[in-house]
Amino acid sequence: MAGAGGGNDIQWCFSQVKGAVDDDVAEADIISTVEFNHSGELLATGDKGGRVVIFQQEQENKTQSHSRGEYNVYSTFQSHEPEFDYLKSLEIEEKINKIRWLPQKNAAQFLLSTNDKTIKLWKISERDKRPEGYNLKEEDGRYRDPTTVTTLRVPVFRPMDLMVEASPRRIFANAHTYHINSISINSDYETYLSADDLRINLWHLEITDRSFNIVDIKPANMEELTEVITAAEFHPNSCNTFVYSSSKGTIRLCDMRASALCDRHSKLFEEPEDPSNRSFFSEIISSISDVKFSHSGRYMMTRDYLSVKIWDLNMENRPVETYQVHEYLRSKLCSLYENDCIFDKFECCWNGSDSVVMTGSYNNFFRMFDRNTKRDITLEASRENNKPRTVLKPRKVCASGKRKKDEISVDSLDFNKKILHTAWHPKENIIAVATTNNLYIFQDKMN
Amino acid sequence: MSDKLGPESRSGDAGDEKQDTQEKEAVVPERAEEAKLKAKYPNLGQKPGGSDFLMKRLQKGQKYFDSGDYNMAKAKMKNKQLPSAGPDKNLVTGDHIPTPQDLPQRKSSLVTSKLAGPEKNC
Repeated sequence: MAGAGGGNDIQWCFSQVKGAVDDDVAEADIISTVEFNHSGELLATGDKGGRVVIFQQEQENKTQSHSRGEYNVYSTFQSHEPEFDYLKSLEIEEKINKIRWLPQKNAAQFLLSTNDKTIKLWKISERDKRPEGYNLKEEDGRYRDPTTVTTLRVPVFRPMDLMVEASPRRIFANAHTYHINSISINSDYETYLSADDLRINLWHLEITDRSFNIVDIKPANMEELTEVITAAEFHPNSCNTFVYSSSKGTIRLCDMRASALCDRHSKLFEEPEDPSNRSFFSEIISSISDVKFSHSGRYMMTRDYLSVKIWDLNMENRPVETYQVHEYLRSKLCSLYENDCIFDKFECCWNGSDSVVMTGSYNNFFRMFDRNTKRDITLEASRENNKPRTVLKPRKVCASGKRKKDEISVDSLDFNKKILHTAWHPKENIIAVATTNNLYIFQDKMN
Repeated sequence: MSDKLGPESRSGDAGDEKQDTQEKEAVVPERAEEAKLKAKYPNLGQKPGGSDFLMKRLQKGQKYFDSGDYNMAKAKMKNKQLPSAGPDKNLVTGDHIPTPQDLPQRKSSLVTSKLAGPEKNC
């Protein structure tokens, strides 16, 4: 059944694809993060080269009522540059690990972007007027001979071609010894957290020279290190609550009202494991690569190597829903360990109404799970279905045995084509899916 | 109507057994994969999630170059060949004397992202 898997049987259609066609991918072009802003009008991407590209949705065309506005380039800038820490003899990558948008307060847009060590607050503003008619300067900027100035005039603002400027307003540096994996803006819109492998810091958006450490799991003796922080996020509504996930598959919920240092969790979410089922791979595949609260704040979703789990914040001992993303990989763990794919960090996201969740897989496949109908669908991001409004055909992987027509066998999957980053428009059925170096935008079919 | 509510409750027994078998079947491929891995790498540590693996993650494979180390090692091994980097990049700092070949390539000039380029559908 084509299109099954979204609420009311959404049919997903190709809309746009951004990026180069050639197979030879420069490292700098590898997309490392994708994020819609709060209205969905803007879509930001970050890449390994430290660049941010922001797309803006066109205003809806009244005559073209059967498709929503396209996303076109709005602004692009170099957010982070490669650095070298001379004291530690350490190269700091410029790769953008995360982008998070601030809610819009005025005409300008603000976002936080971070690499391994430094977080930056960027202001993106539009300029569509410029002053003309200076007294002391010619129109081209040259200064006039003062002796020729005989009258006084007031410069006036005249319209000009829209210019979008990005400027760094704050630089939050030198607070992380280890590599930053997450940033999350608090619902108070004044503070945000940044998390690295062992510590989480709380910042105020206005203050760059100080941050408060709120979680520190570094053991006194590094030989005793057993787990690291893999992701962290503030609760969408409760400004005192945040969660962080670990490489051992646990999630801790902390309440900042309890104490200044939240080393003791308020809740510990962990699914019990049958010790007889344990294997060499158990801990590695249980490592949580992403944690996301639902928009409602009632649930949170975690992604580990093979599955997506939905947790009810009121129940710590097991998830309320578990969805298998690519269970057929369980019999390939040995080779996935050898080629390092087992350490791939997949992200996950909710749709606007929290009824469907989405995550990526290999072979440029991505998966959606409808929480209400319990149906799931596998789709592919590929240039083959390039006509706008072409409905995407569901894909199926054949785990073993006889392969049916149109199915693909596990051994034919391309493990270099991984979809790690996906984003869902906060209000509409528009999704952004990043392959290695291309950004795909899909929309539901509007009739 | 049976009133057995203990751990050996009859109702749903067949269902439980089936679930057990399914779980075991799900895990057996994982065990088979583990056996494969151990056969290939017999020296693989007992604690996969232990210190070594996490330490590697914390260092993220960053390359170090210490000109002092390099020159001292060069002086020590005047007549011998310096050991080359080799495929094993997992060594902890200090175990291996880096050579200029080990250093990461200098980044190329920064250009505009291709995502900002014209859309090509083909």
